[in-house]
Amino acid sequence: MLVTRDREMGEMKQVMSRLLAASALALAAFIGACGGATTTPGPSAAADPCFPVKGQCPGEATALNGAGATFPAVIYSKWIDEYNRLTGVQINYQSIGSGGGIKSITDKTVDFGASDGPMSDQQLADAKAPILHVPMVMGAVVPTYNVPGVTTQLKLTPDALSAIFLGTITKWNDSKITTANAGVTLPDQPITTVHRSDGSGTTNIFTDYLSKVSPDWKSKVGAGNSVNWPGGVGGKGNEGVAGSVKQTPYSIGYVELIYAIQNKLGYAQMQNAKGKFVDASLDSVAKAAEGITLAPDLRVSITNSDNAEAYPISGFTWILAYQEMPDKAKALALTRYLWWSVTDGQRFAKELGYAPLPKDVASKSQEKIRSITSGGARALPGS
Amino acid sequence: MIRSADRIFAGSVAGLALLVPATLLLITALLLIDAFPAIRAYGLSFLTTTTWDPVKLVFGAGAYVYGTLVTTAIAVTFAAPVAIGAAIFLTEYAPRATRAPLAFLIEVLAYIPSIVYGLWGFFVVVPLMRSAIEPALQAALGGVPILGVLVSGPVVGLDLLMGGVILAIMILPILLTVTREVLLAVPPSQREGMLGLGATRWETVTRVVLPYARVGIVGAIILGVARAFGETMAVTLVVGNSSTAISPSLFTPGYTMASAIANQFTEADSDLYFSAIVEIAVVLLLVAIVVNAAARLLIRRTGAAREGLLL
Repeated sequence: MLVTRDREMGEMKQVMSRLLAASALALAAFIGACGGATTTPGPSAAADPCFPVKGQCPGEATALNGAGATFPAVIYSKWIDEYNRLTGVQINYQSIGSGGGIKSITDKTVDFGASDGPMSDQQLADAKAPILHVPMVMGAVVPTYNVPGVTTQLKLTPDALSAIFLGTITKWNDSKITTANAGVTLPDQPITTVHRSDGSGTTNIFTDYLSKVSPDWKSKVGAGNSVNWPGGVGGKGNEGVAGSVKQTPYSIGYVELIYAIQNKLGYAQMQNAKGKFVDASLDSVAKAAEGITLAPDLRVSITNSDNAEAYPISGFTWILAYQEMPDKAKALALTRYLWWSVTDGQRFAKELGYAPLPKDVASKSQEKIRSITSGGARALPGS
Repeated sequence: MIRSADRIFAGSVAGLALLVPATLLLITALLLIDAFPAIRAYGLSFLTTTTWDPVKLVFGAGAYVYGTLVTTAIAVTFAAPVAIGAAIFLTEYAPRATRAPLAFLIEVLAYIPSIVYGLWGFFVVVPLMRSAIEPALQAALGGVPILGVLVSGPVVGLDLLMGGVILAIMILPILLTVTREVLLAVPPSQREGMLGLGATRWETVTRVVLPYARVGIVGAIILGVARAFGETMAVTLVVGNSSTAISPSLFTPGYTMASAIANQFTEADSDLYFSAIVEIAVVLLLVAIVVNAAARLLIRRTGAAREGLLL
């Protein structure tokens, strides 16, 4: 059907553009891989045939199926590739979108799911089995703009950003924007806002942030993969938004940080919860998860982080796993792979434009992986 | 021996022929099942209310229906006169040797993939619309009653007018091809009789050829409408994808039903949301069936079918 084909094309494009970036960085990654020989810290100090990760683990399944978010698809395929080289385990990950990932794990059609937004209480209740959220890496969303005549990097307050997208500020020279940008002459021109027309984890992080900083946004629009936008135009995918912003004078949109970096798009500094203007970078994104209290189930939004150095529009991307996996061989393979990803695998993150998990979050992810059971017993070897 | 082989062959080709309608029935049935929660929740108001809010789970496809109707109307308004004029030229005026190559060139438009139209529209036509055409329209028509409303508001370039223009180019080939076939199906004796009476070529075309072919041309236009309704990728890239408010201005970013499905299908994470998107698909499918059937009926009535026109 036409609809399906178009959808796949959109996804393909997104994945392809990321893969291109990935291959450009492959050499660096290769050198990195040679330098740091696999010394995965195992779950226990005792000697174990399964750790460090090298070769097949006794009784391990050789194939796993997963589906979900497109945002982490590049690092997931890198991990899958590296892990396959190390162990021979074949993991099939389909980047069908976060919604599809949640649907798949709820319907038990996959071994694991993946999502950029945590499942809601209702979704967890609807699932046929208890599901765990394991943070894997972090990403961020940046406001990108096109204001002819302005050459310095703009600074935006949470108030200004939410008002722009709510449509309560309509001109670039509104005092909400100008006060934070002393010395910059902003034009008396109407603002065109650009948002994602397709459902996306990027929109989820962005609207989640706006809901936290603006009560008006929260009550009128709310947060989600797709929302009822108060105005502006929609572009399909990061490339659609970036293209519309580039083409349309006096416009502002939002894209993934990695997309903005790869395409050399200008983006604004954001004022964080502590009042400091912060440039989005992999370091400031990682800071968003540092020194903050995480809910025990790790289903936590870290936008508008309290960390004074944090970039405020940052978020986790999660693997969704079953608390109890009756198939012992698969449980062993999945827990071992996830363990490797949140430990050894983290070194691939930065090269591919993702922020690695800060230490304290990584150890929380490890706890979650340890807690996965098969037939009531812990599935991860040595845990 | 021969007889039973014959019967087996007849039976198997009949089975193959039945596969097609069976697929259609199956698709319709599956879509209806998936759309049922939304149909039950909203009934007919689904098509008339305009709030589409995936967060609060309120779904009304009115803005999508409006966008689809408006872009299609614009497309037909632009494409039909061009197609009919070109078809008259190709059948009545063009030198015989140039008819086939010219017709072929126009039909080539139909073979260009939808996404290519979309990218060309996005990177070439949209900047032109925003910087030149739409401001000019606004300057020329701004003060005129009724027409002024159509061109009011800020100029972005990604809007209903742009969506309609892309569709006009895309439906041109089918409109032209069918209109040309319909005109060719007008019996030569009709023209000869008229010319024999001393009529000019203009009189022949307006008094005989066009009246004879009228119903068939309407059929061609309806086929164009059907194509415009379901077109997805190109429109999605240029129409603006915004369903906020229905406004009479053609310069407002809009949304079509097919674009809404393409954009939102992947991340529809709640059952009702998914179901609402499937309901849009059901509406599109039903409209497509009705419109195509009507068009074929009309074209057949001009006798084109008897002249060997295969549609």
